[in-house]
Formats: sequence, C-alpha cells, structure tokens
Amino acid sequence: MSDAKTTPTVEASLTALAVSLRGVTKTYDNGVMALGPFDLAVRKGEFISLLGPSGCGKSTALRLIAGLSAASSGTVRMSRHEGPAQIGHGIGFVFQEPTLMPWTSVRENVRLPLKLGGIPKAEGRARADAALASVGLADFANAFPRELSGGMKMRVSLARALVTDPDILLMDEPFAALDEITRFRLNNDLLALWRSLGKTVIFVTHSVFESVYLSQRVVVMTARPGRIQADIRIETVEPRGEEFRTSAAYSDYCRKVSAALAPSYSGQSML
Amino acid sequence: MNAQAPVIAKPSGAQSAVRFVLPIIVFAAGLAAWELVVRIREIPPYVLPAPSVIFLTLIKDWAVLSQSLATTLLTTLEGFVAASIGGIALALLFNQSKWVEYSLFPYAVVLQVTPVIAIAPLLLIYLEQQTAVVVCAFIVAFFPVLSNTTLGLNSVDRNLAGLFQLYGASPPQTLRFLKLPAALPYILGGLRIAGGLSLIGAVVAEIAAGTAGAGSGLAYRIAESGYRLNIPRMFAALLLLSLAGIVIYGVLALVSHLVLRRWHESALGKEN
Repeated sequence: MSDAKTTPTVEASLTALAVSLRGVTKTYDNGVMALGPFDLAVRKGEFISLLGPSGCGKSTALRLIAGLSAASSGTVRMSRHEGPAQIGHGIGFVFQEPTLMPWTSVRENVRLPLKLGGIPKAEGRARADAALASVGLADFANAFPRELSGGMKMRVSLARALVTDPDILLMDEPFAALDEITRFRLNNDLLALWRSLGKTVIFVTHSVFESVYLSQRVVVMTARPGRIQADIRIETVEPRGEEFRTSAAYSDYCRKVSAALAPSYSGQSML
Repeated sequence: MNAQAPVIAKPSGAQSAVRFVLPIIVFAAGLAAWELVVRIREIPPYVLPAPSVIFLTLIKDWAVLSQSLATTLLTTLEGFVAASIGGIALALLFNQSKWVEYSLFPYAVVLQVTPVIAIAPLLLIYLEQQTAVVVCAFIVAFFPVLSNTTLGLNSVDRNLAGLFQLYGASPPQTLRFLKLPAALPYILGGLRIAGGLSLIGAVVAEIAAGTAGAGSGLAYRIAESGYRLNIPRMFAALLLLSLAGIVIYGVLALVSHLVLRRWHESALGKEN
C-alpha cells in the first residue's frame, strides 16, 4: 500500500489523531464508485496533502470528513473537543472557488459562521476583523467581494474558515484557479498561518509541486475509485521557505511523488 | 495636447445624450407630421383628432380622467401587491416541498396560459366587480413572479449551501441569509415584468366589466368614449395608460437598480 516508511506514532497513539477513516467507500446514486476502500489517519497538527488525478475522489474524501456527504460504508472519526459544542464541529472548509456571498461585505462574509452559530454581532464583527487581519486583509472589511482580486477572495475564504477557530482545516484545491505568482504567495502565507495556529490541515491538490512544498505528508491516490497509492513523508528543515522550493531535496521529493502518481496516468486514459 | 483631452472625453457623454435626444426628436417629428396631416387634409376629430386636440381634451376632461387614472392605478397596485406576495409565497412553498410543487405547478401554468380576457367575464359573474378586476390583474401578473422566484431559489450556489450545512444553519437561517438574497435579482426581474402585466390585467378586466355595468377606470373610459364617438377622449385616456405603464416600469427598474447596484452584474457599469 505504501512505499514510504510510516512512523509508528501514527498508528500507535489513537488519541493524537485528528481524523481517522477506516474502510470508507463512497458510491454515488448513479452507481459510480468514487472512493475506496480508503484508510487514512491524520495526526493532530499535521499538514497532509491528498494528491491524485482529477476524478479520483479526493474532494469526495474531504466532503466525507466535513460531513457534507455520508459514506456508503466504513467509518469516519473525528477527534472531539471537550467542552462546549464548536461551531461547524471544529471544521473549517475552503472550497475550490472562493464561494463568497456577493450581496454582502467581506466582513459579513467572514462573520457568517459565527452568525449562524448564534455569536452576538459585536463579538462576531471583532472576530471577523481579527481573522481578516490574519490573512492580511484588514483594510478590506467593508469592500464587496466583486471589488477584490481572485487571490484576495481566496484569502477572505480562508479567513472565513479560520474565524470559528477550528481544529481542522479542510481545503479543496483552494489555489487551483489562481496564477502561479499569487499561488506561491498564498502557499507561503498558508504555511505561516499553519505554523502559528497549529491546526490540522488536509489539503487537496492536483499539483505535485504544491503538495511537496506545503505538506508533511503527501498521500498519493489512485484513479477512480480512489485508494491510497503511496504515503510519502516530506522531511526538511523547518520553517520552509523559498530556499526549500529551489533545493535538491525538494526536487527529489517531487520526483518521488510523481513516480508514485505515474501508474494513474500511464495506464488507460481516464478522460 | 490641450485640444485632445475633450475629444477623448466626448464619445461617452455625447453617446448618452444622443440616446436621450434621438427618441425625443423622433417623437416630436411624428407629432408634427400627424398634426400637419390632420390640418392639411381637414380630417374631422371623430375620425382622427390632431395631437393638439388630444392635449386640449386631456386638460378639459382632467377631472374625469384623473379620477379614472386613480381607479386604474389602484387596481393595478392591488393586483401587483397580491401577485408579488402570492408569487413569492408560493415559490417559497414549492421550494420547501417538492410534493407541493408537483401538485400545484401545472395549475399555475394553466392559469397563465388561459387568456385572461376569457376568464374575466366568468369572474365578473361570481365576484364583486372591484374584486374581479383585481383578481384579473393578479392572475396575469403572478406567474412571472412565481417562476422567477422559483428559478432564483433553485440557483443557490451549491458550495454556499454546503457551507450553511457545515455550520448547522437552520432552515429559516438558510432562507433568510442564503436563499432569499441569492434569489433577489430573479425576484426583482419577475416584479418588473409583473408591474406592466398587472396594468394589462386591470385594463382587460375593466373593459370586460365596462360592458357589464358601472366602471370608472381608464379602460372603461376608452370603451365608453368609443360608444359615444368621443375619439379625442379615447386618445387622451390611452395616453394616460401608456404613461402609467412607463412610470410603473421606470419605478420598478429604479428600485431594482438601487437594490442590486453594489453587487449584481446586471446593475454594474460596463467599465468594471
């Protein structure tokens, strides 16, 4: 299943797991089997990428974890916070598109999860402003989404996911539609946020380079129905920065990940 | 350089001016030609009144006509309000339950495709006249509100709906913060059509009712003046009707623009 060494801690201490999927499958109403069986264990505070060809069920896996759709079989388990129930069950979700409400201001967009969770307006606005500041958009709280660039909209989307202070951040190809320069900047900003906030991040992408640059673990998936092809740990000097992107170790990892991905595109055409 | 600046600025300003001026010139030219033909050929007013005669009639009969205008506008307004509330409410009901939609939608279509002029005489038999007229205006106007609102409520972004689900939004919250705002441009489009249609519904019903008895709306004035061969007054009433239609459309378009101007593509300037 995996050609990379799995560290014993991943399997051993179950309490340290943020998310665990066991034998999860997803079959759609039209009979298409999108996923599985799929096993995945993500430790708390880990940054992992799900990488695979389009249509391999990466997004499906993410939606199952978020509870946006139900698994056909198998179990999805999340670590639960002790104490009061969290808004969004401790999950923040960033979609491929910014998915902002065009009819209201950036601040109101970011405040939405808190509003739905019944947080008082004044507190909600303060927290929304703080979340916007954390993604560098403090000055744009009163702007409307259409007045922002693609990269800025994505930052707003990220701020909205962070405003509930979730334990787990699920990101579904969030930067796929952006130009490379914007994407590099957002990658660095995301890493900085991850280091300072210590959240668990599950990042879906179809970019080998992005997955290696960002994550501690790259989980390579097969073509539909998606299973795990390889689980590759990326180890380098932290914190990562532009020097990692140009290092030999980085290109070695990229080669390794690409090799793991090869069977899914060298075989029969999936298009 | 100095001379060039105004040249660059000119086209947009000049173009918008032209858009206003040209229809006015056409209108004035048409009126002048009409007046001229009637005078030169000495056409009697009961065949074709000159624009000046129509205008004088409008002033002379203002007491009667203004009262009729008020009656028709009130009918239109009542029909429009009923259609707006009924159309939006029914669309919301459809959105909550597929069963209700499947059961009732065919009848909404039947109501829409049956010509109102054919329903009006029946309504006049069963309902009080004023009620029947309002019901006619309602029948004509409500379908575009219903179908546009339904379309709008079904056009909600799937990911946004997923987001509301993730954060545990209640159905009323989803309706208020997601579905209604997302449907707003569609609803406003429906209302814009409904405004003009409720005037048409009111006029049709008034004409049907006028032959049956005491009516006092503008359409009734037209029918009545027709029987009396008071052709200038027919034209004057017609003029008021079409002005009323233009004003209704303009007001609704303005409301739509003001509500949507900050975010919706339809209300944004081209340069953005």
